[in-house]
Amino acid sequence: MINSKVFFQGLKSLKGSRSPAIPLAACFIALGALLKDAGFNLQQSAASSLFTYALPGQLVMAESLLVGASILNIFIAVWLVNFRLYPMTVSLFPLLVHKSQPKWKYYLSCHFLAVSSWLIAKDSYKKINKKHRIDFWIGVGVGTWSTAILMTIVGYLSAEYLNKDMMVGLAIVNPVYFFCMMIGAMKNISISIAVIGGAILGPAIYLYTTEWSLLFAGLTAGSIAFVFGEKNGI
Amino acid sequence: MESSNIIVLAIVVTSFATFISRLMGAITSEKVSVKSKVFNWFNCVAYSTLAALLGRMIIFPAGVLAESTLIIRILVLFICISIFLYSKKNLVLPTIISAILLFVFTSV
Repeated sequence: MINSKVFFQGLKSLKGSRSPAIPLAACFIALGALLKDAGFNLQQSAASSLFTYALPGQLVMAESLLVGASILNIFIAVWLVNFRLYPMTVSLFPLLVHKSQPKWKYYLSCHFLAVSSWLIAKDSYKKINKKHRIDFWIGVGVGTWSTAILMTIVGYLSAEYLNKDMMVGLAIVNPVYFFCMMIGAMKNISISIAVIGGAILGPAIYLYTTEWSLLFAGLTAGSIAFVFGEKNGI
Repeated sequence: MESSNIIVLAIVVTSFATFISRLMGAITSEKVSVKSKVFNWFNCVAYSTLAALLGRMIIFPAGVLAESTLIIRILVLFICISIFLYSKKNLVLPTIISAILLFVFTSV
């Protein structure tokens, strides 16, 4: 059903000099501590990472609960901040498709889609035989997902030992790791324009609209990068 | 409503709001060929949306990261990107150093 050799190859991406384990651990430890502050119990904190597994959305949820936002507002805010997962899935899954593989693998494993797993898969899919790429993806996903859940629990349990300066230190790890990975992914001009344009437009549009900024910045910078790439044959 | 019930409801709503984007992506990708222009466009939009999120996390952070100043965050980011480029794209080194640098800068 699942090619175990390829699955473990995906799982092993947690090791080595390109490992996402440390940044994942840092940000989910910080999240676990934050959820404790927001009044969650241990089971609820673990369940949040188990079922949502998307840090920005979980942060939005916790902060919205703290300011007493309605459930409908939480839904809209989370949907908007996590909408990036839609283009991310569409730009990854066609690379993993093989007609011999059942559809349920794709429908279930899309839950593993997060920034860390997406960047790893985009970085290493070419090394894997096309027939078993989905099993490699499931291996990457299981590894990153279980790290996130485990570290949320660790963060919750160690909340009282973490002072504010340590929490600030943990919070920078995530954007630094992702920025480095994105710079590593800038292998052609259109992706470079997409990354640089997005990084500038994201905060710029945020000044005018907080909720829609990601969507507007992503569509604008991404479309400019696409048109530039098409015109220059990249 | 009891606060524990509100938390459970918030987890359910958050998980649902997140999973629909993933599932819609998986369904849409069945009709998208790797060699098509649509795929290239989605790829560019995915990278730029992600970069927009990261840019926002550094410039306008939510949560505890807002306790540090913008200059310090940008300084730490540039030092760590330089380490990444000079260490043959090692990702573990810059991430560990980023936490230590920010911890030191904010506590002095």
